[in-house]
Amino acid sequence: MPLTQNDLDAILLTLKLASLTTLLLLLIGTPIAWWLARTASWLKRPIGAIVALPLVLPPTVLGFYLLVSMGPNGFFGQLTQSLGLGTFTFTFTGLVIGSLFYSLPFTVQPLQNAFEAIGRAPLEAAATLRAGPWDSFFSVVVPLARPGFITAAVLSFAHTVGEFGVVLMIGGNIPGKTQVVSVQIYNHVETMEYAQAHWLAGGMLAFAFIVLLALYSGRAGKLRAW
Amino acid sequence: MPRQLVLLLTVLLTGSALADEVHVAVAANFTAPFKAIAPAFEQATGHKLVASFGATGQFYAQINNGAPFDLLLAADSSTPARLEREGQAVADSRFTYAIGSLVLWSATAGYLDGSDAALKAGQFKHLAIANPKAAPYGLAATQVLAKLGLSEATQGKRVEGQSITQTYQFIATGNAELGFVALSQVYKDGQLNSGSAWIVPSALYEPIKQDAVLLKRGEHNPAAAALMDYLKGAQATRIIRAYGYTQ
Amino acid sequence: MLSHWFSKAPVKKADDGRIQARFKVQHPGFALDVALDLPGRGVSALFGPSGSGKTSCLRCFAGLDRPAEGYLQVAGEVWQDSATGYFLPAHKRAIGYVFQDANLFPHLNVRRNLEYGQRRIPTAQRRVALDQALELLGIGHLLARMPAALSGGERQRVGIARALVTSPRLLLMDEPLASLDLKRKQEVLPYLERLHEELDIPVIYVSHAADEVARLADHLVLLDEGQVRASGPLKDLLLRSDLPFASEDDAEAVIDGLVSDYDMHYGLVTLSVPGTAACLRLPHAALPVGHRLRVKIKARDVSLSLQRAEGSSLLNLLPVTVEHWHDLNAQVLLTLRLGEQRLLARITRYAFDQLAIHAGQAIWAQIKSVSMLAP
Repeated sequence: MPLTQNDLDAILLTLKLASLTTLLLLLIGTPIAWWLARTASWLKRPIGAIVALPLVLPPTVLGFYLLVSMGPNGFFGQLTQSLGLGTFTFTFTGLVIGSLFYSLPFTVQPLQNAFEAIGRAPLEAAATLRAGPWDSFFSVVVPLARPGFITAAVLSFAHTVGEFGVVLMIGGNIPGKTQVVSVQIYNHVETMEYAQAHWLAGGMLAFAFIVLLALYSGRAGKLRAW
Repeated sequence: MPRQLVLLLTVLLTGSALADEVHVAVAANFTAPFKAIAPAFEQATGHKLVASFGATGQFYAQINNGAPFDLLLAADSSTPARLEREGQAVADSRFTYAIGSLVLWSATAGYLDGSDAALKAGQFKHLAIANPKAAPYGLAATQVLAKLGLSEATQGKRVEGQSITQTYQFIATGNAELGFVALSQVYKDGQLNSGSAWIVPSALYEPIKQDAVLLKRGEHNPAAAALMDYLKGAQATRIIRAYGYTQ
Repeated sequence: MLSHWFSKAPVKKADDGRIQARFKVQHPGFALDVALDLPGRGVSALFGPSGSGKTSCLRCFAGLDRPAEGYLQVAGEVWQDSATGYFLPAHKRAIGYVFQDANLFPHLNVRRNLEYGQRRIPTAQRRVALDQALELLGIGHLLARMPAALSGGERQRVGIARALVTSPRLLLMDEPLASLDLKRKQEVLPYLERLHEELDIPVIYVSHAADEVARLADHLVLLDEGQVRASGPLKDLLLRSDLPFASEDDAEAVIDGLVSDYDMHYGLVTLSVPGTAACLRLPHAALPVGHRLRVKIKARDVSLSLQRAEGSSLLNLLPVTVEHWHDLNAQVLLTLRLGEQRLLARITRYAFDQLAIHAGQAIWAQIKSVSMLAP
């Protein structure tokens, strides 16, 4: 296989980034999606629009703002520096933060749809059966929204794997730290190493296809049973 | 009226076929001087210029796959040679339009004192360079570090921009305290635009010869030939020098 | 204001266990403003046309909706009082709620649906055993099924059992039969009657079906456009001339009896009416002696006679006392006392004058037909 150690490192790093991002997004995105699905507040639409922004914004816009705000002169950078954490640009932590923003709608929207589809009825049944809000969330909502959680996790993972613009802007191309597969492909193309570019790009293509195939098959099969 | 309409449509649909328009791919580091040259060229010759700025490696891939460029102003000399060898460029059309100068630059005024002291002191978290495999200025930067014996010391602090433009961005936003960029990016008419710098002595790196080449697509385009000539002329040379290039 | 009345009145203690409520809900296009004082045992029906506020009222009882102004006291315990801002959330109320469409959890099988509520109450408070509920509702064979594989009637029975095994102090039923066809209704109704007989849990039962209410309820609340039009024991309300029941063409009374005999040959059940020597006979499938049975008798099926008629094909002749009457166009609707219960009779004005009827008069009621209450 014509893949270098750098390429393998990039693959590992990408998987690590995507896994961690997905995990964190499920923790962060679930309450946001729940709030969006339930609230009657006027803030629902503005917040929903903010969450959806990364869907339509070029990743470079997000990357540029992250570069500026996480930098030593940016608001977020000043905050992290005053906490003694330094700045997050050119770090794996920075990539995770960027990915959280970048993939947030891919977690929130499937979950919000799933929560909205459940409706009020099962929650009311749970309440009349002595289940408090947390209890009914875990005993009723989570199992009923399981297809939504699976879709959210798969899409967030895949989307983070495919992240490029944001990483390019805040990563700094550091092997093992910020050099992910998509950037490595770009490097190979730029330096005319087309064989390696093909291997990585073909791998990404196959990965994306398999993910979507699994998702659609799942939807057609057991997930539709709800 | 109908005849004017037909003429307009002909112009719109055939565009470059009228052959007084030239499409140029320009290396990112040459952006500033080229933007100064373009209006002067159009005024002098009456031809129209359409420029794309970007990384040389990317242009190479695009040209190989049929990108509509008449002329390439590369950041190096090897890419034009390779295009010529592979038959994508017109033989013997290559010439060096500029020799780039490397500068160590910081966005903070006074951070650099016109010497390599701050670089050697190593009191910084990030040193930005362009990806040495993709950008000639990046390669030059690694040569400088090697000559100064700082390759090891800076290893963990180096961050790479994919192009010289992105490298500039890292430094300009303060995310990297200092870094190696093209002099043309921070310098005009013998003065720094902002921040502080050390203009790296040319002895510390191999000359960054930037070659231009006429591509197959522009072979019979009079505007392309005119631009080749213009770049060699006195007016263009004066502009190029003003941005810190030599020739 | 009634809320004041409730808070100023001496707090009635659990000994009489009444359910006292006042809910005031104001939405665009809908207002509910009710004050209720319901007995702490038996079935209280909230009856009225759709849109009258029955379900809204029931949701307030459950704590699923929180009215701007509200007070609720169950068996001496205050569950909410907007005057003090106190509100016991739904999941802390000792209620059972039966939804119109059962509302079972689709991801749990029948057993786990039943156990869902039961597990969430302390063992010491479990008064209704799972086995008892299974037996009562006849669903023991369904435990392993998923809700999607149940019929409508089965789902509703599971829904009722699920509410019961939380051992509620108050059972709330929101038109549990409304989504069922006639056959399914007949399947579920006997279970509801058994519930009434075997468990000592007060029930608030929402319905817009008169037959259902007549068959099950002890107490009736008549709701219309979010207001209480009448509230009282079912049998009293059925006889009241100012309410739609008695003025309509098919005015009827209900009589509770106990099975005292069964004639296999003719397939006739004999019912004794408590507190009287009178008996009613009607064709029916065999029932055990002592079984409680409620029947309805339409006013137009009752005629009056001064003497006991002999040699008639009528099975049912009952000695009654005239209580009062009122005119109904060319007819008269009489209320007749039968022991502690009452009958309605509708006769012509002419017959009324011929018989020289007066209050307190002892007279014979001849009943052409007695029917079972059926949905």
